[in-house]
Amino acid sequence: MASAFEYAPAPESRAVVDIAPSYGLFIDGEFTEAADGKVFKTVSPSSEEVLSEVAEATEADVDRAVAAARKAFETWSALPGAERAKYLFRIARIVQERSRELAVLETLDNGKPIKETRDADLPLVAAHFFYYAGWADKLEHAGFGPAPRPLGVAGQVIPWNFPLLMLAWKIAPALATGNTVVLKPAETTPLSALFFADICRQAGLPKGVVNIVTGDGRTGAALVAHPGVDKVAFTGSTAVGKEIARTLAGTRKKLTLELGGKGANIVFDDAPIDQAVEGIVSGIFFNQGQVCCAGSRLLVQESIHDELLDRLKRRLTTLRLGDPLDKNTDIGAINSAEQLARITALADQGEAEGAERWSAPCELPSAGYWFAPTLFTGVTQAHTIARDEIFGPVLSVLTFRTPDEAVAKANNTPYGLSAGIWTEKGSRILAVANKLRAGVIWSNTFNKFDPTSPFGGYKESGFGREGGRHGLEAYLDV
Amino acid sequence: MLPIVPDGSDSAPGSRGVYSRYARRYARLVTMPTHTPAASPVPDVTASESTLRRFLHGLPGVDAVGLEARAAALGTRSIKTTAKAYALDLAISMVDLTTLEGADTPGKVRALGAKAVRPDPADRTAPATAAVCVYPDMVPVAKEAVAGSGVKVASVATAFPAGRASLAVKLADVREAVAAGADEVDMVIDRGAFLAGKYLKVYEEIAAVKEACGTDARLKVIFETGELSTYDNIRRASWLGMLAGADFIKTSTGKVAVNATPANTLLMLEAVRDFRAQTGIQVGVKPAGGIRTAKDALKFLVLVNETAGADWLDSHWFRFGASSLLNDLLMQRQKLATGRYSGPDYVTVD
Amino acid sequence: MSDARLSVLKTYKLYVGGKFPRSESGRVYEVTDVKGDWLANAPLSSRKDARDAVVAARKAFGGWSGATAYNRGQVLYRVAEMLEGRRAQFVHEVAGAEGLSKSKAAAVVDATIDRWVWYAGWTDKIAQVVGGANPVAGPYFNLSSPEPTGVVAVLAPQESSFLGLVSVLAPVVATGNTAVVVASERSPLPALSLAEVLATSDVPGGVVNILSGRTAEIAAPLAAHQDVNAIDLAGADEALAKELETAAADNLKRVVRPQPVDDWSATPGLERLTAFLETKTVWHPTGALGAAGSSY
Repeated sequence: MASAFEYAPAPESRAVVDIAPSYGLFIDGEFTEAADGKVFKTVSPSSEEVLSEVAEATEADVDRAVAAARKAFETWSALPGAERAKYLFRIARIVQERSRELAVLETLDNGKPIKETRDADLPLVAAHFFYYAGWADKLEHAGFGPAPRPLGVAGQVIPWNFPLLMLAWKIAPALATGNTVVLKPAETTPLSALFFADICRQAGLPKGVVNIVTGDGRTGAALVAHPGVDKVAFTGSTAVGKEIARTLAGTRKKLTLELGGKGANIVFDDAPIDQAVEGIVSGIFFNQGQVCCAGSRLLVQESIHDELLDRLKRRLTTLRLGDPLDKNTDIGAINSAEQLARITALADQGEAEGAERWSAPCELPSAGYWFAPTLFTGVTQAHTIARDEIFGPVLSVLTFRTPDEAVAKANNTPYGLSAGIWTEKGSRILAVANKLRAGVIWSNTFNKFDPTSPFGGYKESGFGREGGRHGLEAYLDV
Repeated sequence: MLPIVPDGSDSAPGSRGVYSRYARRYARLVTMPTHTPAASPVPDVTASESTLRRFLHGLPGVDAVGLEARAAALGTRSIKTTAKAYALDLAISMVDLTTLEGADTPGKVRALGAKAVRPDPADRTAPATAAVCVYPDMVPVAKEAVAGSGVKVASVATAFPAGRASLAVKLADVREAVAAGADEVDMVIDRGAFLAGKYLKVYEEIAAVKEACGTDARLKVIFETGELSTYDNIRRASWLGMLAGADFIKTSTGKVAVNATPANTLLMLEAVRDFRAQTGIQVGVKPAGGIRTAKDALKFLVLVNETAGADWLDSHWFRFGASSLLNDLLMQRQKLATGRYSGPDYVTVD
Repeated sequence: MSDARLSVLKTYKLYVGGKFPRSESGRVYEVTDVKGDWLANAPLSSRKDARDAVVAARKAFGGWSGATAYNRGQVLYRVAEMLEGRRAQFVHEVAGAEGLSKSKAAAVVDATIDRWVWYAGWTDKIAQVVGGANPVAGPYFNLSSPEPTGVVAVLAPQESSFLGLVSVLAPVVATGNTAVVVASERSPLPALSLAEVLATSDVPGGVVNILSGRTAEIAAPLAAHQDVNAIDLAGADEALAKELETAAADNLKRVVRPQPVDDWSATPGLERLTAFLETKTVWHPTGALGAAGSSY
């Protein structure tokens, strides 16, 4: 007789991380209070438990941080590249040493499953520092001229979906090229950046080279507008990215933006079907779909629509939603009440506009912010859920008949960050990849990242690349 | 993709797309109460070498990297406490305790039979294994050793492991095993014929063996996945075997370098899942060779659970072809019961 | 050779979609030399001319960006050949436009033709210089290659009416973009004559579109246009550049800010070639040849 194979709870231990009741701003190598003493709370989205209180930086604090970074720039940029490299190698190693602690911390503060922080975020964070560490003393060979110069002070604003990984994407190339940084983590996920400050301390990084200012959008706005900042790097929403671009108009500040997306995941009738199903799942349900490059639009060839949807739904019923610290959890919590409200509103709009809604049968915990993996069929290009970035576990399913139509629909968006192609026909992959207007294209795979691989968008998904040799350019005076 | 060959019969309601095209072609299978020998024709698929080839080559491709990544991801499931206790007992109950050596003797087989019936002499709550698996000449000994226990006797046949013999010899091998009381026959396919593209020959051989098994013996079809080499071949072989009447599809003989892996087993689990979805016929899966630790076995059970589903979590539908695995399962079981790590002196040497 | 012969004057026109329309506005403005003497009437382009030019540039983008790099190189080299044939005309126009002696103007024209040749040679090399394989840590083939950004609005430099113009235009089209050029406001004639060269080369219509008129008037709708992907502000002053950059943020155009250029004849770097390139990175699984799989 068949019986259910119920996985017993397998929680990762929380004891590995020690969260202080409060954290200050990390400026010039010291933790300090905000000028006006204001703080805000950061909560665990899976339980709504308050994890800590964090200082809210004012303009005066941002000013202090930029001044500290400016002062540190003189010596940091003058260091031989090989010395900067060794600091970054140290950081990479300490991240590896403390990776379990940081994974648990990130899961607590962000709500994403421990298996993702453990197997994706943290290994990529360490790898990113390793990669750029090696560049620090080889910049003259990077193709940006014989002696490329750093820009100065980089003001960096990062999102909450991959807090520590986005920090690594920003800080590693900035430091390798000789810049100093003031980084603002997202309001809802400040803790891993503050732990990173401690890693800088352990690595002996000179004071002021990395400064962390916590706060909300106002802190970020103060940072990007600060006249002492030479370079602004932002990852986040397209709306905010546009606002930053306006703010920087007429200045000499260099700008790179990594913004939203509405990635098309195109499945042809000759796709490796089981792997395609996995790719669709990881494309839109990895990190609860809170991924700028998510494959949020499934474009499926009409001739296999029903078959693929059957398989996809069956697969979604095996997803395990719940305690993010449980090692068997596939789907964690939505990062904030605000984000949950946005996802909910857009999903409701999808329904109101006539698309057919289906959610995986799963019980949502009573506390915290949760949204069941959901897909919409019968979606057309005109539906809001086919055009607006939802940034949540919601997949819009559209159909196409021919490769031309697939490409036309995939490109029919102001965004241009990512796309997926599923077919066993090599020439079709190359032809379609060639026509897609997107910065990252995954063929027969999805949501793969690597420090050597440039990442960034076309059109309203932003400009500039992070990762690889290309990622150096954002921080060099070229 | 294959062109649709209209055959006048409509497929099961609601099923369309990739698999439905061929489902329509052997829709007659759906009406069969059990997976009876393929003497019952599926003429449009198996009518000729070319139709069979077109069918098998029309199956969706397998992306190796994606398949292995999925198998690896499922391998990270953490099976603890009550789930582990359940899974260990389930795994024990799924073991085809195997000895396939030139040096096998009646004494060795009797010892194996006794162990299969009562794996842990110190703990009667430990379940029996599913079967013992021996060469045909040892079937009578094995039957006697497990008599009255419910443990099955499986016999390899068809010139195991190479399969390089005439069909007549192979069938004689099978008939002898069945006549001696084998409950299950583990045949090997002709990999040479498969790799040469002679799918119909492989099909007909399996069908003939199935017929020789009669209604009493269940047929496990061994593909020797390590020799088929590619995942596309493994998927094709799986469908070929199922079309020809396999009750189980089995990875390996245990006699080559690469035997059961999570990836090839996952692929075969997808095949049986899809086959049942299209035909209503459930086929079992047996990874064999190289699974030595309880930890590995539990990973395979996760694959079963999350791919084919709970219906396959039963020794009637999933087996481990193994020998040393059983002792590790028993040691882990003892650890779970006592809280102490066990040692090899506390389980029986086969 | 008679002094008494009355010369035939040229009516300068816009260049849009491979055709030579008059301005939709029906208006012209007086172009003079540095001394203030009348040279010609140039079309005073309107917002609608800008709009039409963008439509033409967008229409041409697919074909031009999809052409082989070798083909683009051949076509652009052909332009240099045509320029060489019209060398005397351009020397005359540049001398008039910029108040240069004939010999200095000739040097500028020579440098301009050479500049065009330099960029023509880049079409099939830039991808190898800025693209390449990325050694990712996994069973994937990972390749980054540059692709043109799309439709680029180019505000040509105000002072250097020909060398400056070609120095900002050639890199845009060499990499497969299509361009809407706003010629030097005071000295548009070399640009409008360049259009005649382009039209008689093999450059497909719409790849380069040239407008003359008030830079600020034409640039504003271009900077705000949602179907323009990038803008080179070389010909804008500080105040205009800020205004245009602000407008360009609405659809996140790639913006090249104006920078003081002392000497347009200095060998350019890659900056303008790469400014309007996107990097596309494609991942593809590789995997092992056999299904050997993992070790157990």
